[in-house]
Amino acid sequence: MAEEIAPREVYGKTLVELGRENRDIVVLDADLPPSTMTKYFGQEFPERFFNVGIAEQNMIGIASGLAASGKIPFASTFAVFAPGRCFDQIRVSIAQARLNVKIVVTHAGVTVGEDGASHQALEDLSLICSLPGFTVIVPADAIETARVIRTVAAHQGPCYVRLCRPKLPLVYDDTYRFQLGKAVEMRPGKDVTVIAIGVMVAQALEAAEALAKEGIDCRVLNMPTLKPIDKYAIVKAARETGAIVTAEEHQEHGGLGSIVARIVGKTHPVPMAFVAVKDVFGMSGKPAELLERYGLMAKDIAGAVREAIKRKC
Amino acid sequence: MTPSDSRKSSTGTSADNAKAGVFSSDEDLKSIAKRLRRDIVTMIGKAGSGHPGGSLSAVEITTALYWKILRHKPADPQWKDRDRFVLSKGHAAPVLYAVLAECGYFPKAELATLRRLDSHLQGHADRTSTPGVEMSSGSLGQGLSFAVGAALAGRLNGQSYRVYALLSDGECDEGQTWEAAMAAAHYKVDNLTAIVDNNSIQLSGFNKDIMNIEPLNKKWDAFSWHVIEVDGHDFPQVLDALEKARKVKNQPTVIIAHTIKGKGVSFMENNVDFHGKAPDAEQLEKALKELE
Repeated sequence: MAEEIAPREVYGKTLVELGRENRDIVVLDADLPPSTMTKYFGQEFPERFFNVGIAEQNMIGIASGLAASGKIPFASTFAVFAPGRCFDQIRVSIAQARLNVKIVVTHAGVTVGEDGASHQALEDLSLICSLPGFTVIVPADAIETARVIRTVAAHQGPCYVRLCRPKLPLVYDDTYRFQLGKAVEMRPGKDVTVIAIGVMVAQALEAAEALAKEGIDCRVLNMPTLKPIDKYAIVKAARETGAIVTAEEHQEHGGLGSIVARIVGKTHPVPMAFVAVKDVFGMSGKPAELLERYGLMAKDIAGAVREAIKRKC
Repeated sequence: MTPSDSRKSSTGTSADNAKAGVFSSDEDLKSIAKRLRRDIVTMIGKAGSGHPGGSLSAVEITTALYWKILRHKPADPQWKDRDRFVLSKGHAAPVLYAVLAECGYFPKAELATLRRLDSHLQGHADRTSTPGVEMSSGSLGQGLSFAVGAALAGRLNGQSYRVYALLSDGECDEGQTWEAAMAAAHYKVDNLTAIVDNNSIQLSGFNKDIMNIEPLNKKWDAFSWHVIEVDGHDFPQVLDALEKARKVKNQPTVIIAHTIKGKGVSFMENNVDFHGKAPDAEQLEKALKELE
């Protein structure tokens, strides 16, 4: 079994490295440094670390002011609170103002576990992707997270990075190079393509393995950059494999599936199926139990693949 | 002569001021204010929509800042060491546009394009559209947080610029204003001055009837700010408060400026109808006559 590391742990460590390299890196948090792992940065650079208390709207505003005077602020909280708690602040003070703020959220999706529905962000991608000019990224493991954090620090413009709470199996090795806006083919295939993000990438690979035994040759794409999305890879997948299944730990509305369907519909329509949360809130439970309850397991992806393939002409 | 010397000195020459980045004019502030009021009602009248009330109430505050207090260079709006003026009450964009045009940030003729398609002068302040506008605003309650961030950046960078945020009194209804107030005091950002344009009226009526914000001075005091109250239409009082604010250390200062909504135009004064309504042709003519 692959080694498991929590992406947020790597986020915290990467921030410290960036802080040593660039004095303009500043970090903000809203009373969650032990959870988002910004605590490491706070320990090493207290003068550049602003734990603003339980005030996410103010955190976003302060970050925008810092950015307008040349700083590179990373603002972190849970995914339910940004964009949920401070959507208008992100909209006006960052997106409309076109300021160079990096919002990195943790604890997205049902894998938050026992804390339950109020803490399980399942609509954050829908909200944040609706804002013009935002770059939106969902890393699939700890290695990709480290690369993504370095990339957004160097990128000019507002960015949103979505991380989860639990440890994730590594799907990459140290040689991996992240490219902004590019899909990554994790596994070649010609019968169907599964496009996955975040927690679901490892599940998609597991599903493809099982489907291979049934003679179904399944391509797996990791789509870390949701915006701007890799249209070329999506159209290519539609043309070459004739069916697409998306997999995300998010509402079916407005996330990866919606974005991919829009592109497929406009370019090369093929049968699609969507592995996502179906218009309900989460609940308390163990992460594995919740993935099972909401149909977000490898077996659910495999089922969606069989169903989509049936509809191929 | 250092910048701070030149700002303190009333006898400093224009050349000294220009060197220090202080916009200067020998003209009497009152006559500048009157001209700005004419520009405000004219541009809103021409646009057919806009917010005259809260623009007119802030004329003396902004005139005092841009002509006597701020270090700024109209020819170089992004000058790194400029003092930052943040218009948190973004609907009062016309007063800021009138000031910026008068200072030379852009041609005065552009005021006639207010709120038109593709204009540099958007209905609410927009930093991506207008030279000299520091922050996009219009959704109330966000400006003070931005100002705290700008003040912290100056401190981290070892820069001596100051940050001024103009808030509306209605904006003090917003929770975020108080989140920012708490943070500013916590971080002891003494390079930040907030000014509340306390004209007592919000969109749908008098503050006291809609949502009472009083005692406003005690609220700011309780949030550990240094509080100064002035008549917001009296230049000596406003300038004196702004000078005092620069000398307060280890805490931010708020100037509660008691003003009259619609100040300078008799039928707009204290009239809630002119919060967000343009004068018609007849009213514009009457207003301009009063402002001669």
